[in-house]
Amino acid sequence: MRKHLPWIIVAVLAVWLVGSLRMPPDKEFAFREFGRLPVMSNGRFQPLDSLARNSLLQLREKQTANLEPWKRWWEKPKIISATEWLLGVMTTPDLANTWPVFRIDHPDLKSLLALPAELNPAKKLDGKHFSWNQLQPKLSDLRREVQRASKIKGSQQKPYDQAVVQLWGAQALYRHLKSALGPAGTEDSDTGLKDYLAKIEAGRVAYLASLDEKEFDQAALEWLEDQLGAPIVIPAPHPEQSRDAWVRMSEALLQASRTAEAPPFAVLAYSSMAKAYRAGRVADFNAAVAEYRVQLAGSFQPELKKARQEQFFNFVEPFYKSMILFVCGFLFVLGYWLKPESWGWMRRAAVGVVLLALAVHTAGLLCRMFLQGRPPVTNLYSSAIFIGWGATVLGLVLEKFWRNSIGVAVSSVIGFLTLIIAHHLSLGGDTMEMMQAVLDTNFWLATHVVVVTLGYASTFVAGFLAIIYILRGLFTRSLDPQMGKSLTRMIYGIVCFATLFSFVGTVLGGIWADQSWGRFWGWDPKENGALIIVIWNALILHARWGGLVRERGLVNLAIVGNIVTSWSWFGVNMLEIGLHSYGFTSAAFKWLISFVASQLILIGLGLIPQRYWKSFRPSATVPAPGSQPIPPKPGKPRPASAGA
Amino acid sequence: MLDRFIKIITSLRLTVICLSCALVLVFFGTLAQVNEGLYLAQNRWFRSFFVLWEPEGGSWRVPIFPGGYLIGTVLLVNLLAAHLKRFQLSWKKLGIHITHAGIILLLVGQLTTDLLSKETQMRFVEGETRNYTESAQKNELVFMTDAANTAEDEIISLPESLLKSETEIQQDKLPFRARVKKYYINSIVRPRGPMVDTDPPPASKGLGTQRVVQPLSEAKSMDERNMPAAIIELIAPQGSLGTWLVSPWLGETQELKLGNKTWRFAFRFERVYTPFSVQLLKTTHEVYRGTEKPKNFQSRIRVENPARHENREVDIYMNNPLRYEGLTFYQYQMVDASPSTLPTSILQVVKNPSWLTPYVGCGLVAAGLLVQFMFHLAGFIKKRRFA
Repeated sequence: MRKHLPWIIVAVLAVWLVGSLRMPPDKEFAFREFGRLPVMSNGRFQPLDSLARNSLLQLREKQTANLEPWKRWWEKPKIISATEWLLGVMTTPDLANTWPVFRIDHPDLKSLLALPAELNPAKKLDGKHFSWNQLQPKLSDLRREVQRASKIKGSQQKPYDQAVVQLWGAQALYRHLKSALGPAGTEDSDTGLKDYLAKIEAGRVAYLASLDEKEFDQAALEWLEDQLGAPIVIPAPHPEQSRDAWVRMSEALLQASRTAEAPPFAVLAYSSMAKAYRAGRVADFNAAVAEYRVQLAGSFQPELKKARQEQFFNFVEPFYKSMILFVCGFLFVLGYWLKPESWGWMRRAAVGVVLLALAVHTAGLLCRMFLQGRPPVTNLYSSAIFIGWGATVLGLVLEKFWRNSIGVAVSSVIGFLTLIIAHHLSLGGDTMEMMQAVLDTNFWLATHVVVVTLGYASTFVAGFLAIIYILRGLFTRSLDPQMGKSLTRMIYGIVCFATLFSFVGTVLGGIWADQSWGRFWGWDPKENGALIIVIWNALILHARWGGLVRERGLVNLAIVGNIVTSWSWFGVNMLEIGLHSYGFTSAAFKWLISFVASQLILIGLGLIPQRYWKSFRPSATVPAPGSQPIPPKPGKPRPASAGA
Repeated sequence: MLDRFIKIITSLRLTVICLSCALVLVFFGTLAQVNEGLYLAQNRWFRSFFVLWEPEGGSWRVPIFPGGYLIGTVLLVNLLAAHLKRFQLSWKKLGIHITHAGIILLLVGQLTTDLLSKETQMRFVEGETRNYTESAQKNELVFMTDAANTAEDEIISLPESLLKSETEIQQDKLPFRARVKKYYINSIVRPRGPMVDTDPPPASKGLGTQRVVQPLSEAKSMDERNMPAAIIELIAPQGSLGTWLVSPWLGETQELKLGNKTWRFAFRFERVYTPFSVQLLKTTHEVYRGTEKPKNFQSRIRVENPARHENREVDIYMNNPLRYEGLTFYQYQMVDASPSTLPTSILQVVKNPSWLTPYVGCGLVAAGLLVQFMFHLAGFIKKRRFA
């Protein structure tokens, strides 16, 4: 039975995975179908579903909208899907304005906006999530604060300043979403259109007055700005000429009114969807969505297809699932460590589960590459995903050679941690953003970025192997000389590969720089960060070859590699200078510091003289007089005799 | 004694020490960029033999850490010496030799780049033609004779450093002396407002009579440049000819008639003339729909080279430079059209004779490391198989 247990476990998890691939059909309103409609946002085509999810991530760090956050989970709060929320925002803004979707954590910000900070279910408050109607009265205070805070350089901003800037961005995003359909979303009659055009004119007058530094209507101008920041929902009028020339609702309506032509079919389609939804007519809404899809199918088949694929990818959440699998895998490793001599099946189960996790991870990675049409790493988020992937592969390769659970432990831990990091990086919004001109080259993204990221991954693997060495040696008896030797050999081998990848990756980056701005090496912070990793790995190798360090020295140096790599990965982005500082959230600073501190503590532990290590202490039990002498351990059978 | 020296210079211990120093240097040099700016920090930490520390207000400086050049040199010597001493031709060491050859090439290549490469810029609006590039940092004071054939203008160029000392400049080919009365390292020069500016004009002759000079502090960051200005008095043997304001701000040359010759002069960005001309035909600046994110910067140019009977059009855009006659042209910046000007494109023009060394060096190191580690790995796998 135990022999087959690993297979059974993997099979059960695989069945769960396959079962979760089926999207449940729409029950009433066709939210799933609606969420598949293509729009243009952030410079790229995406389904409304992605727009909704990414917006909610920016507003409340979740991909769903909890309308009753003051209830505990067992009280079954009403949670709606991102698409349903977005549809509500676009068509029934008065209702959506009461939904508590703005997450605010900073106490000073709450008091600035006079928001209640306590949980109070009786008053339907949780003290963290607030609605537009709650924010709106104090918006002018928020504006004043954001004008002040946005003048401060990123690295000098206090958490409060960052919270202010972030909330300002969130409320602007919310207003843009509300304007996405204009009068087509909220009005039942044609008078709505007239009012709308009049408001556009008023906004235009206000804008011109503001240019001349005359008095102008602030509210009218802001309203116009909302319309112009809205997502782009109306398909290109002449797709055969330019596929990208989609327009905003406001632009389409204005154009139609100027030329006295009938508005584009999409305006009417969204208008009838919105009317039916507001009136609660399920069949009409579903028919309107279906009809719009048929209309699009003529000329916009590629966009429809891409939107459908991306919605499916969003639904499957492969990285979330592999995160769960990594945790399962690590639990099996821990189980194996409890009784390594008799629970060998646990190790095999761990390998199976982590292999499954790797398969899901790989599938997710390939899907992203396919959807983006890019190599795997394009921004900080995808670098985290890819480091996790590389480290998992390396760990499993180690496991194949040594079969001692160390490799699979490293795989599951780094896989899990990097996916957690990726999750936090995804809170910034769209992770499949377009590349700006200087980065827009698949050749260098595929070579320099991929290789240097593998360099990061392998340095982390070496560092985590070293951590296992110290923890097991210091706190358990399991670090026998053989285990110590194999761990250090693993570390050495991985450091060799880390040197290769980080060196080649760094120099390729220099060559890219030479191609794009004529300077092979500019001492830019990110370049220096990569260089430090190379120097560090080279230093470890030379110190080892020169006999300057032995087993324990190598282990401690490898942990420093973790610090060096994390600094290069995140720290340099916090300096906010140079050409590479493209993506960063400074909340990560706290985490970076904690990580560095934890590594320093581990190094400190590694420096404790080995006679105090549990694995190196002479056996504590002295045989009592008269007891049986311990028989000598039988030597390992030689392969020759075993094979014969 | 010598033995000991050789032992030290060829030791791995020295390598490790150098690498540690390099690590510390790069780390703190990067941090220093936050306060000192990219350019200054580079010179102070990486392009120097010692990192000098200047106490605030003090005029003396103390070396506190070896600089980039020193560490690089010691590493290079260490590497060469170790190979000379211990060199043995064997398959086992092949990878190491290739790797280190690549590293030597990279270090030497970077040094020659530092010494030999020149970065200039070509800035023009659509339709303009240039047969010179301009320095992004340096300026020059030039005097030109008004020759009958403009192509044979004689240009006398004086570097900016001569102006800095605010003394008298004498040049054999000039029939007059130039006394620098005032020099501003960075400035704004603007037209005089008829009612506002009541102070006397900065100069008695030329454009300076209708301008105002506002001094600025020296530019520190990499993407700013100093816009100097100077007041010069031109003195002929028979006496003073008047004072002039000169500055890159003026954008045009000023004239001085002396005898039957007309002299034109200007204080302008230092120029390097090219044996061919480049015309900017069209600029393209695209953003992603609905965003401000740049998608493409592109300049279409025409290269005309009479010596080679060449006259062709070519596109320069991000990651796609033009390599021509030992120069490389990169798309650098672009200024969109405004009501008053046509779109402007700025090309970065780099002359770097050793630009190929990193390509070769990188290839060598990659190949060397691969060979070496594959040897290790193959040996290791073999051992595990039979273990």
